[in-house]
This record gives sequence, structure tokens and C-alpha cells, in this order.
Amino acid sequence: MDIFYASVNGVLLGGLYALYGLGLALTFGIMRTINLAHGDMIVFGSFMSLVVTRVLGLPALASLVVLIPAMFLLGRLFQERVMNRSLGEGIMPSIILTFGLSVVIQNALLLTFSADRQTLSAGQLQTMSLPLTEDFAIGVLPLMTLCVVIVLLIALNWFFRHTMLGRAFRATSDDPEVVALMGIDPRRTYGLAMGLAFAIIAITGVFMGLRTNFAPFDGPARLIFAFEVIIIGGMGSIQGVLIGGVILGVAQTMGNLVNPAFFQLSGHVATLLVLAIRPSGLFPETIERD
Amino acid sequence: MMKLNRRRLLQTTGAALCAPAVLSRALFAKTRALKVGYVAPRSGALGAISEGDGWAIEQFRELMGGTIETATGTYDFEFIDKDTQSDPNRAADMAQELILRDEVDLILVSSTADTTNPVCDVAELNGVPCVSTATPWQPWFFGRGGVAGETTFRWTNHYFWGAEDLTNVYLELWNSLETNKVVGGLWPNDPDGAAFADPELGFPPALEAAGFTVVDAGRYQNLKDDFSAEIAAFKKAGVEIVTGVMLPPDLATFLVQAKQQGFEPKMVTVAKAALTPKGIEAMPNGLGNNLSGEVYWGPQFPFASSLTGQTATDLIAAYEAATGNQWIQSLGYIHSLTEVAVDVLRRATEISPEGIMAAVNATDLTTIVGHVKWGDFPPFANVAKTPLAGGQWQKQDSGAYALIATNNGHSPELQIGGTLEYKTW
Repeated sequence: MDIFYASVNGVLLGGLYALYGLGLALTFGIMRTINLAHGDMIVFGSFMSLVVTRVLGLPALASLVVLIPAMFLLGRLFQERVMNRSLGEGIMPSIILTFGLSVVIQNALLLTFSADRQTLSAGQLQTMSLPLTEDFAIGVLPLMTLCVVIVLLIALNWFFRHTMLGRAFRATSDDPEVVALMGIDPRRTYGLAMGLAFAIIAITGVFMGLRTNFAPFDGPARLIFAFEVIIIGGMGSIQGVLIGGVILGVAQTMGNLVNPAFFQLSGHVATLLVLAIRPSGLFPETIERD
Repeated sequence: MMKLNRRRLLQTTGAALCAPAVLSRALFAKTRALKVGYVAPRSGALGAISEGDGWAIEQFRELMGGTIETATGTYDFEFIDKDTQSDPNRAADMAQELILRDEVDLILVSSTADTTNPVCDVAELNGVPCVSTATPWQPWFFGRGGVAGETTFRWTNHYFWGAEDLTNVYLELWNSLETNKVVGGLWPNDPDGAAFADPELGFPPALEAAGFTVVDAGRYQNLKDDFSAEIAAFKKAGVEIVTGVMLPPDLATFLVQAKQQGFEPKMVTVAKAALTPKGIEAMPNGLGNNLSGEVYWGPQFPFASSLTGQTATDLIAAYEAATGNQWIQSLGYIHSLTEVAVDVLRRATEISPEGIMAAVNATDLTTIVGHVKWGDFPPFANVAKTPLAGGQWQKQDSGAYALIATNNGHSPELQIGGTLEYKTW
């Protein structure tokens, strides 16, 4: 029975990890750039949600109404004004740029919000649970997180397969030069894709802030899990994110069952195994650019 | 007319020759400033602990007004504060800067072994007197290679409480309410967790000796997102008291999951995660209410400042009025450090590292956090112990959480401000 409980909790935890990985998978899948500031941007999203809830007096989930468009615009601006300048010179400039940005975000948050830990508030929702059996219950919020991820994945899948813009995203990912010949501006596409990634980061930030508390220096710890998710699921694969998250989550809770010291370790081992057996992940979607 | 013989001549010329030396020495003493350096983690991950430092230092500087009267005369006085940014390496750099560039006469350091240990090591190496506080004394003493009964440290002294006080206070808290005496331990895989869970010197043997059953879920990694296995193990063993030394986000994750999974222990007594009112407020959905733990300073400490005469209540009121922030425990300790520094410099019969260190060792002062006197805790000559109470974060009518000392059996000189209650969920 313990194994069953642990796997259920692992799947729920996987939902959160999938959310961490989704934004990163988008930026890697379309722009082929690695965003080292992803974890800090999630924390930034949590803080922005905090500001919106304080200023407008909205509950945390409702703050998304303001936050998603705002973060979309911010992401677009960030890509068009900053990241696009580093294009075409290999992967290093974007890594260095986002590494620097990570330090800047952490310290800007520290200056603005101090080192105090903060939490988003959604009252009862945060601790509500659904009893499955007499002595086993699952949290409503983790279940919601998982559902949100699944809905996002279905929506993104539809968007990529069935809309012009989605096709443009995929085509730009495969070959920006040919796409440019077809009259699509890859830089504009990148801007929209980063906007989309930022909107997802906003959602991630809110759910992370509801689940636990956060402080300016929490980003890097989240980044590791986001990376592991896309390594397991397949670099740049949107659908692989869910599988990656669930495998990571279940590996951790199973390891935890053996010994709490193995919690993170078993997740890392799972990632290493996938790297050793299938270096491009379980569902690689991006094709090699040459 | 005075007869000028050989002896007289020698005496007068001798005096005349010596006068410039004596005079210039006196002049030098008047212009030389006494400098005290202070190192603390003011920003970064540990920044919340030192939140009160800025105000306390301002108040102290204003009070001193730039001069200090000592046993050897009046000196200019300078207080230099340095921020470690919560980085142990930078803490050592800051201590070096204070010693080599600012040439301070005395170093003060506080808050966590990651700050006190590197700073004290640098001070010890350079032979500069240093007073340290706000870290349990074991990591400060043994963590730096101290040997009981030997003079391992000549230049560094420490005052605070230790693991034995914490164990006593926790046992007192748990014995004061009806439970089944089954304790679940959440001790992480870091130096604090390892020390707390040590099978010979840590909590498990002490608790078992006191009639408690210990369920140790094992060393978990910090910043983990899921405690369901621990919760299941605690539920199975019928745990009614949860203890540990946790990071605030881990405590939040644990409390939320415990609540979700219907595990509601009667007491949650944790170190480290429940230090500041803002940390308690940051627990989701009011789960910070009635967390219990140690109280090392607060309004129930009946001592007055030797510098300003303020009682703990006065100091808290002044701080809250000036900053608008709720008081924190470390406020008392930074204030007490300045008390010790001034007391030491006033008593020093010689302004030299040796003279100041002798004055440090001879300290016998009641500060706002309690009595500080080295030599009373053999065989650890460099360690002085200050009082510790047990207490609880209780929600006030104003909606704010206040840390209230509820049990003073370990340090009866302290007062109590309320009764311990079961954890609410």
C-alpha cells in the first residue's frame, strides 16, 4: 500500500515539476536557447502575483488574469530587445546572458522585497484534501496543478498542430533561415514564443507560491528540476514534459520510501539513466540543426 | 640660587629629554580612535535574522556620539559594520578587511556558524580580540576544532546557549502538555540535522532517556517538495509531536502536506524555521500558528541594557516605533554585543590586543539578554551561557503572531507570558 501511496504522491508532484519544465521546454524547443534564469523567473512570477494580490486585493489564482498578459508582454519585450541580440552566435551568448540575468533577478528581488519569505494566500484551498481511502488523502492543490498542466499541454498541442502561428513556431524551430525565405520573421516568432513561455512561467509562479513559501534566492533549486524534466522527457518536447515530470516525481517519492536521504538522489539517478540510455530523452521532438 | 650639582643636572635634563616622548604618547592616545568592527549576514539567505541590526547600530552610534571614555582616557570611537551577504567566504574576507584595512581593536560577530566561525578563525589567526554570539556554542567551539579543557582559542570568546539547553527546553515544552510521548524527527542531511540526530550526542538518546519514543524518518535533503513518506511513517507510528531543524520552505511544505493528508500532531516544535514573525506569517493558510520552539530573547527577559537602561520591552517598543517592523529575537543579541564591546573597552587598562582581550575575559556584565561572564562554564573557558526559555508563536487579537515565552523551567530567572497550547491545524 505504501508503494501505491508513494506513486500517487509522485504523480502529483510530477505535475508541479512538469509545470517547472514546460516554460523551459518551450524556450529550448523553439529558440534553441537555454534559459538559465528560468528558476528565477518562476520566483519572479510568484513575487509579481504577490504584488497583484496585495495591490488589487485579488485572491492568488485570480491574479493570473492580470499576470498572464503582463508576463506575456514582458517576455516578448525581453526576447525582442535582449535575447534576439544574442542569436546566431551559437548557444554560449544566451547562456551567459541568462546566467547574468539570474543574478540580476535574485538581487533585484532582494532589494525590492527583502530576504523575508513570502507566501501566496488562497485560504482553505491550500490545505484542502480529497480522502481516497480511510487513511489516505490527496491534496486538492497538487491535483489542480496536475490538471492545469494537462490542460495546458492539450491546448499547446492543439495550438502547435492546428494554427498558422503554431506551425510557424514549429517551422522556425526546425530551420529559421528557410522560414525567413517563406516570409516569416523568426525574430518576431521568437518574441511571441518567449511571451508564451513567460505566460506559462506566471502560472508556474502562482502554483509554486501556493504550494510552499518563497524567497528571492529560491530560483536555482527550481531550475534543476526543470532541467531534469526536459532531459527525461526529451529536449524541447512539449508532450514529454508531463512524462518527464511524472518520472522524476515518482522516482523521488519511491526513493524517499526507501530512505528520505534518497529523495533528490533517486531523481538525479533517473535523469542520469535516461541520459545514458537515450541521450536525447524519451520523446525527442526537435531535429538537429546543423 | 639652586645649586646645580651633577645629580640635579642629570635629573632635569633627563626629564626634559623624556618629556617629548611622554607628551607625544599622551597626544597620540587622544587622537587615536578606538575601532570596533561588526560582521553579520545583513543580506542574502540569512538576511531575515539580522533584520534588526540596521536600527540597533544606528541607535548605538547615536548613543556613543563618536567618543568613548575608557580607563586610559577618552578616545574617538568608530563602529564599522560589514555584511557577509550570507556567504561564509565573504565573512572571512570581511574580517580580514576589518583587521588589515580598518585596523579595528575589537571584532563583534553574530548569527549562524557560517558567519561566526570564519570570522573568529580570521581573528584568532591575526591575534585580534573577537566576541561572537547567536550561534549554539557547540558548532562554534567544536566546529572550529576546539578541545575541551585546553586553551584552543586565545583571542575569540562566545556567548549563547547550546544543544543541551535546547534539549532541556524542548523536553519541558513536551512534558507540559498531555501527549503519547511519541516524537517524529525531521532532521535534514546538513550539519545542523546531523548534529541534532546524532545517535550519541543528539536528540534521540536524550529523548529516549526522558521516556519519549523517537521515530526518525531519516536524513532528508533540504528544499524538498514532498514529505508524504515521512508523514505516512509518522502516522503509522502514532506520532503526536513533530520536531526538527528545518528550513522555512521545507516546514511550509511539510505542514501543508500533513494537513492535506490528515496528519495533525499535537505539537510541532522546530528550530531554525520558526525564528521570525514574518517567517511564521509565510506559512500557508495560518499553519504557523502555535508552532513552538526556543525563545532566546523577548519581552519576558527581565534584564535592562547596561548602555541605555532600556528593558527588553522598552527596546522592542523603540524598535517597532522607529521601523514599523515587529521585533525579532536577534535584536536583543545585537544590542547585547554593543553592550559587551563598550563595557570591555571602558575597563581595558591598556589599549592593546592583549589588554583588550584581558578585559574581554574578565567581563562580568548583565546585558539585555542575560548575564555574560566567561569562565563559569568549565571546561570551556571561551564560552559563556545565556538563558533560554521555551515558547510558542501565538496569534494575537491584532492578527499578528507573537513569540511568547511559556516555559521557564530551564532558566527560572526569565518570566513567562502565556501558557503553551496544542498546535492548531
